[in-house]
Amino acid sequence: MQIARDILLNSYRSMRTIREFEERLHTEFATGEIPGFVHLYCGEEASAVGVCAHLGDSDTIASTHRGHGHCIAKGVEVEGMMAEIYGRSTGVCRGKGGSMHIADLARGMLGANGIVGGGPPLICGAALSHKLLKTDGVAVAFYGDGASNEGTTLESLNLASVWKLPAVFVCEDNGYGEATGASYACAGTQKDRAAGFGMPYFECDGSDFFSVYDTAGEAITHARSGKGPVMLHVHLSRWYGHFEGDAMSYRASDEVAQQRMKHDCLSAFRARTTGAGLLDGATLDTIDSDTRSRIDDAVQAAKAAPLPQQEDLTRDVYVSY
Amino acid sequence: MSKKSFRQAINEALRQEMRRDPRVILMGEDVAGGQGGSSGVTDAWGGVLGVTKGLYTEFGPERVLDTPITEASYIGAAAGAAATGLRPVAELMFVDFVGCCLDQIMNQAAKFRYMFGGKARTPLVIRAMYGAGFNAAAQHSQALYPIFTHIPGLKVVVPSSPYEAKGLLIEAIRDDDPVIFLENKVMYDDEEEVPDEAYTIPFGEANLTREGDDVTLVAFGRMVGFANEAADRLAKDGISCTVIDPRTTSPLDSATILDCVADTGRLVIVDEASPRCNMATDVAALVAEEAFDALKAPIRRVTPPHTPVPFATVLEKLYLPDVGRIEAAVRSVMGYKARQEA
Repeated sequence: MQIARDILLNSYRSMRTIREFEERLHTEFATGEIPGFVHLYCGEEASAVGVCAHLGDSDTIASTHRGHGHCIAKGVEVEGMMAEIYGRSTGVCRGKGGSMHIADLARGMLGANGIVGGGPPLICGAALSHKLLKTDGVAVAFYGDGASNEGTTLESLNLASVWKLPAVFVCEDNGYGEATGASYACAGTQKDRAAGFGMPYFECDGSDFFSVYDTAGEAITHARSGKGPVMLHVHLSRWYGHFEGDAMSYRASDEVAQQRMKHDCLSAFRARTTGAGLLDGATLDTIDSDTRSRIDDAVQAAKAAPLPQQEDLTRDVYVSY
Repeated sequence: MSKKSFRQAINEALRQEMRRDPRVILMGEDVAGGQGGSSGVTDAWGGVLGVTKGLYTEFGPERVLDTPITEASYIGAAAGAAATGLRPVAELMFVDFVGCCLDQIMNQAAKFRYMFGGKARTPLVIRAMYGAGFNAAAQHSQALYPIFTHIPGLKVVVPSSPYEAKGLLIEAIRDDDPVIFLENKVMYDDEEEVPDEAYTIPFGEANLTREGDDVTLVAFGRMVGFANEAADRLAKDGISCTVIDPRTTSPLDSATILDCVADTGRLVIVDEASPRCNMATDVAALVAEEAFDALKAPIRRVTPPHTPVPFATVLEKLYLPDVGRIEAAVRSVMGYKARQEA
């Protein structure tokens, strides 16, 4: 598929932004300044970006506890995200949600989610809204191989098919549900699960932007055209633990190093686009350095931002009460 | 104005709100019924007890959606639809089934607004049947409103009559927060005068169904009728009671309860929910903390025992609070004599 230059540049910028954001969080978390849990998306960038490249603000996504990548790919501002992760009142959720609950409904981002399998039912509802309100939008549930076994996910595959919803179920299969391998925890195959619900199945290599972009394009077009839901199975690898501080004793000692060396979506993207003469290295270098500065500024701004006030504790529980 | 049953009042509220606002949709198990059946009849049931009968015929399959028997997915879908522009009324059938989908209510719908920094609106209504008295046994008879009341972000409605049900349901549908609307299944055939036009009853404003000087009775849902009957019997013996129907357990009209206790100095709370951490304990704590000096007698709670709801008629009758037990509780607080200081 021929991809327009601006899409290539935006996609690269988005992937680089996710990488930079997550690597920086890894460093900053170690200093002890970031409260709570943080789950990093490093290594999986091409999945979020390759899928969201086909979506606009009027489309909806639901994410997972590993949600920073989906947020950035869907257009949520990194400054607000960083402030949120630092628990500041300038955060995108005013410091009330944190890493696991970043949401931006104006961007069609229905929230990261602290509950494994929390998103797929919500996405059935968002898809129903698109269908009944005739928005031409689609709703996309990102969920992991771990969540693929949750009853909520399996029920949602059924409901979406029964109601013929414009829904896309993106199974991001990084091989681990927390510390347990998918080879142990997932019976059968994702492909057979899709078939079991009468749903078209697509799969792609999540370390290759072009594989994700092309396949997601086909899958999303199917859902958007009113033919019903689809499953997109993305094979990928996470480069850090389930959460920050996870020693990853369940993984072979060189597994992540091998992934970083051989399956880095950013290096592969650069090699392919510069090799084919689509983009030049200097342009990508500029994006790299701009991104680094932007994340650095976001961290500095977050650290300097005001903390929530006492009155924020009881605000926004209800619209009215 | 005409006599309508509790069932008709709810059906009319849904119909009028669906006519008024095209974003209002219904979903649930057999809210129409008959999809995929061999008779070809649609709207076969209109809800398992016929509450939504005829709405499919008027509004069609896009707005009255039968669901598979998968509570987690469709209650979650209702939450997701509410956050993205629709105003769903989802029917959970028996509230006991919340065990299958509590995450979608407790961790998703209830928390969107707070977790997302005030940016979300989730105009969702979840209707469900509650209550014992139907020989429906332990998994189809519970009065679980305290569980929802405990969860910040939810509003909880327990209507006590057809008139109340219509006005409170319309209010619930127009409300921008998630609302749990609980219908006592034993009351569906109760009748009273209900206006034909749409009207709303605000949340958090208690209704005084009786006014008296001696004892304040606070009762919820079906228990309001029992409390009224007990009050009428006691009046014949010269004991006058105030009966408070709080209408909603969240928000709770604390001010009215405290005002009435300040006047009467005695409090009996009637609650169909299991006794531990129920509304009776909540109201008792409120009064003990805020109106201790007004009390002339200990607070009494009339509740079921701490058991599952039994099946056999004789046991179920023993389980439920009744008029006699309420009357006895009132007489006991009236007869209370404080021990004299030695």
